[in-house]
Amino acid sequence: MTLTNYMNRKELLGFLILAAVIFIVLPLALDTFRLNLFGKYLTYAFVAIGLALCWGAGGILSLGQGIFFGLGGYCMAMFLKLEASTPENTAIQSTPGIPDFMDWNQLTALPIWWQPFHSLAFTMLAVVMVPVVFAFIIGFAMFTRRVGGVYFAIITQAFAAILTILIIGQQGYTGGVNGITDLRTLLGWDIRTDEAKNILYFVNGALLFVVLLIAQFVRKSKLGRLLIAMRDQEDRVRFSGYNVANFKIFIFCLGAAFAGVGGAMFTLQVGFMSPTLVGIVPSIEMVIFCAVGGRLSILGAVYGALLVNLAKTTFSEGFPELWLLGLGGLFIAVVMAFPNGLAGLWSEKVEPLLNRLISKTQSAEAANPNKAPAE
Amino acid sequence: MSDKGKSTDSLGMSRRAMLAGSAALTASLFTPKGLKAADYPTSEVNTTGLAVTDDTVTVGILHSITGTMAISETGSVQAEKLAIEQINAQGGILGRKIEYVQEDGASDWPTFAEKAKKLLVNDKVASVMGCWTSASRKAVLPVFEQYNGFLYYPTFYEGLEESPNVIYTGQEATQQIIAGLDWVNKEKGAKSFYLLGSDYIWPRTSNKIARKHIENFMEGCKVVGEEYYPLGHTQFNSVINKIRLKKPDVIYAIVVGGSNVAFYKQLTAAGIDPAAEKPLVLTISVTEDEIRGIGGENIAGSYACMKYFQSLENENNLEFVKSFKEMWGDDIVIGDVTQAAYLGPWLWKAAVEKAGSFDVDKVREAQVGIELPTAPEGYVKVHENHHLWSKTRVGKALADGQYEVVFETADLVEPDPFPEGYQ
Amino acid sequence: MFADYSMAELGAIFAMQGFAGLILFSVFVLMALGLAIIFGQMGVINMAHGEFMILGAYVTYIVSNIFAAYLPSLFGIYFFIAMFLAFIASGALGLFIEWAMIRHLYKRPLDTLLATWGLSLILQQIYRSVFGAREVGVSIPDWMMGSLPLTDLIEIPINGIFVMVLAVSISLAVYIMMFRSTWGRQVRAINQNRVMAGAVGINTEWTDRLTFGIGCGVAGVAGSAFTMIGSTGPTAGQLYIVDTFLVVVFGGAASLLGTIASAFSISQAQSIMEFFLSGSMAKVITLLVVVGILMIRPQGLFALKLRK
Repeated sequence: MTLTNYMNRKELLGFLILAAVIFIVLPLALDTFRLNLFGKYLTYAFVAIGLALCWGAGGILSLGQGIFFGLGGYCMAMFLKLEASTPENTAIQSTPGIPDFMDWNQLTALPIWWQPFHSLAFTMLAVVMVPVVFAFIIGFAMFTRRVGGVYFAIITQAFAAILTILIIGQQGYTGGVNGITDLRTLLGWDIRTDEAKNILYFVNGALLFVVLLIAQFVRKSKLGRLLIAMRDQEDRVRFSGYNVANFKIFIFCLGAAFAGVGGAMFTLQVGFMSPTLVGIVPSIEMVIFCAVGGRLSILGAVYGALLVNLAKTTFSEGFPELWLLGLGGLFIAVVMAFPNGLAGLWSEKVEPLLNRLISKTQSAEAANPNKAPAE
Repeated sequence: MSDKGKSTDSLGMSRRAMLAGSAALTASLFTPKGLKAADYPTSEVNTTGLAVTDDTVTVGILHSITGTMAISETGSVQAEKLAIEQINAQGGILGRKIEYVQEDGASDWPTFAEKAKKLLVNDKVASVMGCWTSASRKAVLPVFEQYNGFLYYPTFYEGLEESPNVIYTGQEATQQIIAGLDWVNKEKGAKSFYLLGSDYIWPRTSNKIARKHIENFMEGCKVVGEEYYPLGHTQFNSVINKIRLKKPDVIYAIVVGGSNVAFYKQLTAAGIDPAAEKPLVLTISVTEDEIRGIGGENIAGSYACMKYFQSLENENNLEFVKSFKEMWGDDIVIGDVTQAAYLGPWLWKAAVEKAGSFDVDKVREAQVGIELPTAPEGYVKVHENHHLWSKTRVGKALADGQYEVVFETADLVEPDPFPEGYQ
Repeated sequence: MFADYSMAELGAIFAMQGFAGLILFSVFVLMALGLAIIFGQMGVINMAHGEFMILGAYVTYIVSNIFAAYLPSLFGIYFFIAMFLAFIASGALGLFIEWAMIRHLYKRPLDTLLATWGLSLILQQIYRSVFGAREVGVSIPDWMMGSLPLTDLIEIPINGIFVMVLAVSISLAVYIMMFRSTWGRQVRAINQNRVMAGAVGINTEWTDRLTFGIGCGVAGVAGSAFTMIGSTGPTAGQLYIVDTFLVVVFGGAASLLGTIASAFSISQAQSIMEFFLSGSMAKVITLLVVVGILMIRPQGLFALKLRK
């Protein structure tokens, strides 16, 4: 086994281009404010990559990725909130030292399950593990009973709805509809400054590449090939002696872990976490990021997340009253006209064109060997 | 490209309306008239790099115009645009016309934070009129504090906050609750109360204050029930049955949004006619705006405790209602929050002119103690805790969707966002 | 909790609470029926279901205004006409959407979900542009408001009775169409084996379109009826969508009977708990129980045994 088994030259080129865009082009072209916005968009890309694996490769459409994004984000937010709620900062409360929303809801002590979030190590573990455990429970119940397809999609959607209602209803413990706000420092490091935002952007980008590489590895491994086989002919894979449910659970949990990391990075960069990121609407939007990018392509998922969010921001800045029409139209167009998304456009339209151009230049060069290459 | 309001035509405001509005306001204005930009060189009035030129100053408007909150926030946007038009019609601020950049919060809190940052960092607006829900305010608050922006927040809310970067033009909870409870107790002899609310911070905090007041400060009064339904809940038959069982004198309802419509329709349908006052319905969450959706006939006879009703009969308000309708159409109604939103630009103008500068720090300093005798609700004054001194009024809902004012406090009520004895 | 009350009072309250449960049941049935038809028979998830309902509500609003302005003497019965027109309007939109969008996506059921979600965004924005962002108030004829005093203590809301009667009649109508009409036989045949159904001469294309249209039309009628008990605004459809999906999923998506059974059990559980607990807690506990059962029995209450 060599590296080339996991990434051919074309894919390597794609990775390098994306790296150039994220680490060089965007930081040079944008001010801190816009860069931070792109950082936020990229946190959705974590989810979209997970979806490209689950949905594109595995055929499992989850409409509940917001759950995992939210759980990861909330874990991070709990840690940051505890750090922000020092007795000095909260002296005005009837019980100083606990988060402000607990005080407003007449809690007088920190709930036990908040206690471990004083530790950053525990929090980082929880950011990944809490979503994974949730995904495992859901996945185990569903996949071992061979529930899949559309039905799985709406059950995950129901879960997203339930979790939102739970979070909003239990506001003494979760901050309710306001979410967990006013997060300030990470181990004493102020995350609100421009400098911190820039650093977090690069940390976010680096983590994204870690996730991308893991996803690429999974896709190219035997597991990835099995997933695609399952998506196309589940029963044949089962009859070949494979335990289909286990593979599905694994890939679903992996997607959840990615989403959890994305959520945590979201909290760090945006400075708060709220139930609006958990529910049905964000979950479906995340699927759209993946679909726009091309559901099979993990790099496409990143571009999809960037592009849709950029469009959303631009649309809503320019035509605030019409952006829903544009977004709705995009959903329909992607499904009806470009089912393979950006990645499909690239491989079907742009690449052949490039190939033609390249071969033309090559033949032209061959014809005029004296002339220097054009580029 | 953002939606910049430059010409009056684009806003559909007729010339006549503008003249009428400005004439009325000039007559009653206390601020010096005809300030010239030349007397206030840009380099002096703007030392912090805000979007101020020799003849314009840019402010931000940040509300939801899409999503579930658009229902409520539309009125605030309209009021703010009206105020800005009127200020421009009489010469602007320090001789500078106000331009606005409007952003859509889309009923989504992270979007609010993003747009707030955009307004402050990219557009360098001198102040922002915006937000409606507490959640959106909580989301933008750190942004305003970090970039030292200045926000005028129009909604009545739960209190428990006092930011140096926010002027709260609506009432905090005690201003809205206490006088109303005392009134039903004294005038209607109400002794037992059933507290009901949508399940989030504002109704919960408000009911906490109401309960403390009922139990500790109102003799012989008690709370016989308190409960909360999820936001967007549409089925209230169970709680209506519970209310029947407990037979309270007053249903104290803080239900919001679409739930509001469902609650009043089902209450009337279940044979509890608010007009019979058995039990009496007292609310702090239904303004004239909400009644449009509920239907006047379903809520007629209920009482609401607010600081402003469209039917107030002072001269400021008659003018305000007239200009508002001329700008936005005759069938429009104006609720408490809409009026509070209208105060934002005027309070800011007064503070800027007092400070002689657009710099946020100077405006903040000048803002405290500013009086606005031209407010539609009557005279208001900015307290040093950044809330407004204002009167509390009780209105009785009529079938035509308006309120008849049945009570108002004699004096302005002091804002008290952290009320002692109510925590 | 009950010590201070007489037996008669308690009896009356429980009777009314039982009735409240039945109203909730009827509301759930009305909400879920249209979705269940489309999902159960066609495997299409219509995420714009709430918006089809609101279209019905807006039609009712328009009709009520027309009657109030031009035919005030007939205002008392406008509601029936409005419901009929709501069925036609939502149904027609459904037919159009099926033709323009859904029929291209039958081989990709997951994609219909995304496309109809996009549709729901577009419809919301259209409602907002046409009717304004604010809620509109629909005036209801006087005879439909108020309550029917059965005894001194028991009062039954008339709109509740109306919703119940409507739910029963629509369920019956759907049952008859599904199991007694030619269309119903064709729909079921297509559901069981599309190719064979086509081979024996069933016009599968038209049957699909009609099924989708009828499902949407039923949603429109539900929306029209809900103007009596809820709000009408551009995003009001979103208030119902969660409960609707939960009812359908819990019932076992492919079964109409399952939908009704699940509407019954969820509504009764919720209404009983609402009486003893705070509303918010009741909702959360109901949802948790539903989730718990779905974990053990993910295919829902009534699952059809299907061969892939």
